[in-house]
Parts: sequence; C-alpha cells; structure tokens
Amino acid sequence: MKTTFKFATAGLVAALFSIPALAQDVTGAGASFPAPLYAKWASDFNKATGVKINYQSVGSGAGLKQIEAKTVDFGASDAPLKDDELQAKGLMQFPTVIGGVIPVVNIPGIKPGELKLNGQVLGDIYLGKITKWNDPAIKALNGSLALPDAAIAPVRRADGSGTSFLFTNYLSKVNAEWKSKVGEGTAVNWPTGAGGKGNEGVAAFVNRLPNSIGYVEYAYVKQNKMAYAQLQNAAGTFVSPEDSAFKAAAAGADWNKSFYQVLTNQAGKDAWPITGATFILMHKVQDKPANATTVLKFFDWAYKGGDKTADDLDYVPMPDAVKATIAKAWGEVKDASGKPVAFK
Amino acid sequence: MSINSLEDAPLSSLPERPVSSTFPAAAATYDLAADRGRTAASPPPAKAPRSGPMADRLFGWAAKGAALLTLAMLIGILVSLVAGAWPAIAKYGLGFLTSSVWDPVQNEYGGLVMIYGTLATSIIALVIAVPVSFGIALFLTELSPNWLKRPLGTAIELLAAVPSIVYGMWGLLVFGPILSTWVQQPLQKLLAGVPYLGALVSGPPVGIGILSAGIILAIMIIPFIASVMRDVFEVTPPLLKESAYGLGSTTWEVVSKVVLPYTKAGVIGGIMLGLGRALGETMAVTFVIGNMNQLNSLSVFEAANSITSALANEFAEAGAGLHQAALMYLGLVLFFITFVVLSLSKMLLAKMKKSEGTKS
Repeated sequence: MKTTFKFATAGLVAALFSIPALAQDVTGAGASFPAPLYAKWASDFNKATGVKINYQSVGSGAGLKQIEAKTVDFGASDAPLKDDELQAKGLMQFPTVIGGVIPVVNIPGIKPGELKLNGQVLGDIYLGKITKWNDPAIKALNGSLALPDAAIAPVRRADGSGTSFLFTNYLSKVNAEWKSKVGEGTAVNWPTGAGGKGNEGVAAFVNRLPNSIGYVEYAYVKQNKMAYAQLQNAAGTFVSPEDSAFKAAAAGADWNKSFYQVLTNQAGKDAWPITGATFILMHKVQDKPANATTVLKFFDWAYKGGDKTADDLDYVPMPDAVKATIAKAWGEVKDASGKPVAFK
Repeated sequence: MSINSLEDAPLSSLPERPVSSTFPAAAATYDLAADRGRTAASPPPAKAPRSGPMADRLFGWAAKGAALLTLAMLIGILVSLVAGAWPAIAKYGLGFLTSSVWDPVQNEYGGLVMIYGTLATSIIALVIAVPVSFGIALFLTELSPNWLKRPLGTAIELLAAVPSIVYGMWGLLVFGPILSTWVQQPLQKLLAGVPYLGALVSGPPVGIGILSAGIILAIMIIPFIASVMRDVFEVTPPLLKESAYGLGSTTWEVVSKVVLPYTKAGVIGGIMLGLGRALGETMAVTFVIGNMNQLNSLSVFEAANSITSALANEFAEAGAGLHQAALMYLGLVLFFITFVVLSLSKMLLAKMKKSEGTKS
C-alpha cells in the first residue's frame, strides 16, 4: 500500500514536469457582449497555432479593474475610455467588432419591424412621460398601426453593462430631458422600468410581460426572433437593424483621430442610431512583452481571417480601412525599453 | 442521629443494626474497618492511561484555536467591510439609511430603497412561512398517521435542497404569471376604490415585485422552520402531553399550553434561522424583485430592490470609488440588520424565560 502510494506520487510529479512549458498563455477579461466571439476566435487560433488565449467574461467594469491591476494581459470594454483617462492610466484601446442595441417590444398583434420610434419618444417612454401605447406621440410616428390602449411596461438592465451605456448615450444625445435628468453610464438612476439581469434577463421579461418594451443586443434579437422596432436615425430615415445599418454607422466615424468613438446617432443615411464598437485595452508599457506580442498576433489573425466567424455569430467586423488604422496604432504598445512590441 | 454526622461518627458509636425476626441473628455483621484495611494494603492494579496528558492538551489547544479562528474571521470580515465602506461612511454617515437616491452617474447614493426591500420581503416571507411551518410541524407530530410521517417529512426537507437560483427562474417563468393572473389582477379589481388597502395593491400586476419575492422567500424558508419546529415538538416529554390529554385537553390545548411553552426556545431559534436565510437570499430575489431603485409607493405589487440583489447586480461593474464604497456600506447595513435580529430574538427568549413558572 505504501509503495503503491509512493509510485503514484512519483508518476504524478513526472507527468506534471513532462507537460511542455506553457510559455505564452495569455489571459483577458471584460465585456460579456463579445465573449462568444472571442471564445470562438481563441479556439480557432489555438487550432491554428497551439497558443491558448483565455478570456473571462466578467463585465466591462471588472475587466477595466483587472487590466488596471495588471492581472490580465488585455481588458475588454464595451464603453471606450476617454483619451485623458487613457493617458492617466497608461492604456491604449482599439475596437474589435461592432454591435447594435435594438429596442424590442411585445405588443399583441405587432410584428417585427412594424413599430416605428424615434429617440425623443423612446427617451420619454423610459422617463415615464409616455405611459400608454396609444399615446399621440407614438401614433404620430406610426400612421395607421393599431396600437392598444394599454400601459407600457418598460424593461431595462438591472446590472451595469456596456449595452446600457450605448442606450443611455444615445438617449442623452437625442432627448434633452434624459440628458439632464438621467445622463449616460453603464448604470444609471433609471426613472422607471423593471430591471432584468443581463441581456437574457431583459429578453425574458419582454417575452413574458405583455405590452413591454426593452433593449437587447442584436444577436439576441436575431436568435430569439424578437419583435424589434424601427428607429429614426439622425438623417431622418426609419431604419431596421441589420449588418449594413451597423456598418453604415461605423463608416461615419473618424477613427484616425482617436479610437474614442461612440457610434450612436451617426449621420449616415442608413445608419442604425444605437451602434457601438467593443474595445480592447492594453498597457502602453508592457512588463511582459512576449504576452503582448501574443495578444497582438491573436488580434491580427482575427482581423485577417476571423470576419466570417464574426458574421456567423451576428457581430459586424470592422471595415478594412479601420483595421489598417488599428494595425498602425499597435506601434504604441512598447516594452520597458521603448521598443514597439513586435507582432508580425 | 442525623445523616450528616454519620461520616464523622466513630464506628463503634453506630447503633446496633436493627434485626428483623426473620433475619438470621448469627450472621456476621459487616466489618467496614476490615474491608477498608484490605483495600489499603493492596491497591488495585494500575490501568494503562487512555490518553497521555500531551494529547489532551493538544486537543484542547486545537479546539480553542478553532473557536478563536472563527471569531477572528468574523472580526476580520467586519473590519474589511468597514474599511471598504469608509468613503461612503465618511461622506454620508447615517443619512445613507434614509436617503432613497441611487444615482451612479451623479455619484449620489442612499440605501433606503434596498433596506426597505430587504425588510419588506423578509417580513412577508415570515408572515407566510411561520404559520405554514407551524401547521406542518403540528400535523407531522400530532395528527398524521404513522405511515405518512416519514415520506411527508422527507418531501418537506427536499424543498430545502432546491438551489436558490432555480427558485428564481421558477419564480420568473412559472410563478410570476400565475400570481399575476390569479392573485394580483383579481385583488386589484376587488380593492379598486378602497382607500388604504387599494393603495397597498396598486402598481403593475405583472407578477414581479415585493409580494412575488416575499412569497418565493417563504417557500424557501418553510423547510428550515418546519424541520426545526418538528424536531423540538418531538422531544417534548410524552409524559407532559399524556398528562394533559389525560386531564381532558383537546389537541390544540395540548399544543398551545404544553408543547409550545416547552419548546419556545427551539421555535424562536427556528424562526430566526428562517429569517436569517430570508435576509441573505440573493439569486431568487434578484430574479423576481424587479430591481427598481425608486420608492414610489407602499404597494406590494411594485418592483423594488433588496440589499443582496443590488449587490449581486451592481458590484461587478461598480467603479472603484464611491459606487463600490456605497455597495459595501449596504453590505455592512445587512450585517447589522442580521445582528440586530439575532439580539432581539435573544432578548425575546430571555423575557419569555423570566415569565416561566408565573401564573399566566
């Protein structure tokens, strides 16, 4: 019995030592919105090169805390940091994919895409000023659509999230009372509405509560076939949420100036008004240049060959011109001696 | 001669043993002195010591260490909570407990909504769970046929095995619609014009809110309270109960006048156990309470927020600063609520013990 135990321990120790040195496992943490995409990219990258990228979807705020504490190699956030914040924290950011936030409704008799809303009305609904579906303001946008005389049940996010940030950012731009009363952020003082946990929670509430309205990410609308509403964009057209509408919103931004671009209420004719990119944060001065090289190699690989995967998972890849700008920006990531980290 | 002096009296002054007529007179009397001499001359063989003095001491230290470690962890948690919450305590002081603004954008925080939500849901849960558990315990100990006792008891305890997040999902997807259609909407129609009761049931009858959370919490704490009550009811001495039955008491009189007073410490303990669980329950409440940080009305149909669900929802994304400190302050408040509840229960028990034996 004692000898078997000794042999077993010896065998285990030998096995542990025989695993090849895991030199370049990198870790990242942050936003839950792109988590399915990063996971798929990481597994494909592992098959192609054998390097493991570990991504933990803990939320944008937690991801930011972790990259500031240098416990991960890259952080991911749906809300971009302003340039002065980036300077202060010694970070640089770049966008990876684009997503849209879509208002969804559950009104008996209304099919997907039938209801038309604009930013002012949407903001007033969430401020609690418009309380019934047959309010004149909603009827004015919807012509002959049969809207019931029922109380609106607004649903929003209970937890802090980048989706909420995009939604409140848009409302702050198009509804003056929202801007002064509530403002924008990943968590705000919502004047009304039940809070669901995560996109799944909001979708579950909207599906269950009749005459409700909520906002979820595009992937959820597509996969659950929810009844989305059309929104009037800055150019005045009513657009439906589609890949082309998100791309149109992204095209309008000037990525060369700064990566702090919130793509809400963009000027394009076909642009979807509540669009946003999701960002990766890295330190400008790297303590572990080998890890930084791996991270940049991973994203370079993803930009070059991962577009189809992103499309399959209902994300919108960045336009090629922006990818070139991002590749140039990677020169900012330097090691301790000031040399840019190589990623080719 | 009194008993006490028997020890000191010399043996010769003992009175002669009274003999009965049937006792053989010639039997030798017991010679205590001879017997004592015999044992002094040859001591009993020394037995091997069962545990050495060192092992005893080590065990003593280990036990004391475990107790002190637990105490140290409690104090450590309290200190780290206070340290984490210090920015919020310094800024708001006790005003935090009465302010109902929760605005992460403007960095203004106040815990009244969450504290109210926690207390309201727990009180509703207790109001529902205590009579039901009492009924279960009473049925299982006094009224049920013997063959039903064990299966029913096991079934009740299985309720405690369901994970709390499953309760939350069940509450959101199954119980909410049922509550909305069969309880909330009829109640609203019934109490439509009534002045105070009407206000209590106003609000959107969608099946989420304080009432919903309270009922689900009640279902979660029933197994705890019921099993503690059943255990203490079972250990009341049958002699007491049979005497009461023998004097002609009904079952209810036996329970209320004999069993309950005997077991009151256990019953109060069980209720406090259930209340502790209800105060700290997170996931089940988060799913069904609606997470609204406004205190618009006293209606039990309104969505609200509880301390635990606010912490669960907002802690991961909270900016490290006043937001996080405010959330830790809320955690500290929950800590103190539990502490106050525990002290109140001990005071209640002490008061009940004092009035034991007096005429009621």
